Amino acid sequence: MAQRMLACTGCHGPQGRAASDGYHPRIAGKPAGYLHRQLRAFRDGQRRYALMGTLLAPLDDAYLRDIAAHFAALDLPHAAPAPVRADAATLRRGEQLARRGDPALGVPACSDCHGGAFVGAGDDLPGLLGLPVDYLNAQLGAWRSGTRQADAPDCMAQIARRLAPQDLNAVSHWLAAQPVPAMPRPAAPAAALPLRCGSLGGSR
Amino acid sequence: MKRIAATLALLLMVAVAALVWLNLRGDPPAATADAAPADGAALRDRGAYLARAGNCQDCHTPRGGAPYSGGRGIPTPFGTVYSSNLTPDPQTGLGAWTADDFRRALHNGRSRDGRLLYPAFPYDAYTLISDADADALFAYLRSLPPVMQANRPHALRFPYDTQLALAVWRALFFRPGRFVPDAGQPAAWNRGAYLVQGLGHCSACHAERNVLGATRAARELSGGFIPMQNWFAPGLGGQPAPAVAALLQRGVSDSAALLGPMAEVVLHSLQHLQADDLAAMAQYLETLPAAPASRAHGEAPAAAQLSRGAELYAARCRDCHGEDGRGRAGAYLPLAGNRALLRDPPVNAVQVVLGGAFPASTAANPRPFGMPPFATELDDAEVAAVLSYVRNAWGHQAGAVRAFDVQRWRSSVRP
Repeated sequence: MAQRMLACTGCHGPQGRAASDGYHPRIAGKPAGYLHRQLRAFRDGQRRYALMGTLLAPLDDAYLRDIAAHFAALDLPHAAPAPVRADAATLRRGEQLARRGDPALGVPACSDCHGGAFVGAGDDLPGLLGLPVDYLNAQLGAWRSGTRQADAPDCMAQIARRLAPQDLNAVSHWLAAQPVPAMPRPAAPAAALPLRCGSLGGSR
Repeated sequence: MKRIAATLALLLMVAVAALVWLNLRGDPPAATADAAPADGAALRDRGAYLARAGNCQDCHTPRGGAPYSGGRGIPTPFGTVYSSNLTPDPQTGLGAWTADDFRRALHNGRSRDGRLLYPAFPYDAYTLISDADADALFAYLRSLPPVMQANRPHALRFPYDTQLALAVWRALFFRPGRFVPDAGQPAAWNRGAYLVQGLGHCSACHAERNVLGATRAARELSGGFIPMQNWFAPGLGGQPAPAVAALLQRGVSDSAALLGPMAEVVLHSLQHLQADDLAAMAQYLETLPAAPASRAHGEAPAAAQLSRGAELYAARCRDCHGEDGRGRAGAYLPLAGNRALLRDPPVNAVQVVLGGAFPASTAANPRPFGMPPFATELDDAEVAAVLSYVRNAWGHQAGAVRAFDVQRWRSSVRP
């Protein structure tokens, strides 16, 4: 399967463990359900990145599921995080949002859904560590502007729109600065999530 | 003076009458009553199969949206045409249509309200579809879940956005008429010709278009450039039928792969066709004139470009495609002797290097091997160098690819 996937690892790094260009994210070890949903979203236009959309257009759901399962099953060591350039106040605000959220803005903590150690939860919620700051900023910005969409209700879009651009930037920088634990096992999914998310069936 | 004015007036009347006649001929008489309801399961199933063969769903479904609900943009040099809602919703779809209305749209390119339709909906091919097949298609579309989604107005430039421009275009280029079998050919050949020329609308891509977007020599399928998307749809004639039928079903062979827009045709349409229909299409295509092996050669590449290309090949391509360019059967395509690579203009080769490519996942090849995109890694001159190198390695002799070509095709539109 790895040989069939050279189309992916050209950008996402050897075995999908992240590229050296500081943008294309690591895909190895992300939850299979999450990866499958992202592959479908790129193919079907809910996520817009022309290279991904064009590349995936001729592939059916069954193969996308196989691809997701392949990368999800890879358990590879993480590199140390690249140094981020942000002042202490920005990192403090980022940590506050990541760990406690901002109740006044109706924004839950990242850890409420993505696992207490931010390494993901269950089959659908991806970990947030080990990703480049530019990638994180681009995703939060795309949710805010609507160019990245998930199934309605799109909880991440709601969160991104409740936060100011500098808040998004703060949380991206703090997350990108955190080392990934040695054995990042996804947490069990939380029993109740603070927002309804269409990607999770909208039931939680 | 009076006589001149009268003559001019008469000529104008004749011209208008000709335009009207050229647009109305072949129109069936307006239906006075609804045709007999024909929603039998067998008819509907045959319609579903025919819709697959025509790949109707691809253009009439928005990316990620409800099947057949329309609204997908088809980019053309004249602007964007948006496909229409074919679900049986009474307000926004075909719910109020009769089978005769539907036949008139397919065969004559006129909507239920009499408006002329844009030939991005390839009625110049669909006019060949038999009445029985048209009715089966209609029965299938009637069986779909209705989706309320108003049609999106086309975004065309003047004068292409006017009905008059369409009327003139039709008078010049559109001839309605059902498929007439060639009595001198076997039944399978005729079945293949019917599918290729009609429902399959292969000429929409595989024939050249003139400046007004009309296909020229549509029957010869000698290849055409797909504008906006920037792919070259090669000539289809003269290839051995069994290999062609297998390629259409599988999407890939040991020496070729169907990539780009054609991979989506394989995914959504061709792989689902019955083996005898694919064999018939291939049998017909084999009898069409073969496209000339290669057209005008460009200039031979400079030595410096070739040596840069050789370095890039060794670093980026050789692990899969091999020192000898022979690839690996069943996995990596051979580049040595690869017709698609040597074709002029080299637009498809540029597209594959920039965007990477997967062939379609098909029942016969469910997990295809993919080529990585190099758009973010190689600049225009590097793509040109590596392609110029492989187009002149292993005994090949083809024109240099210029950085300008790569730049021009880099930002292609995806419908």
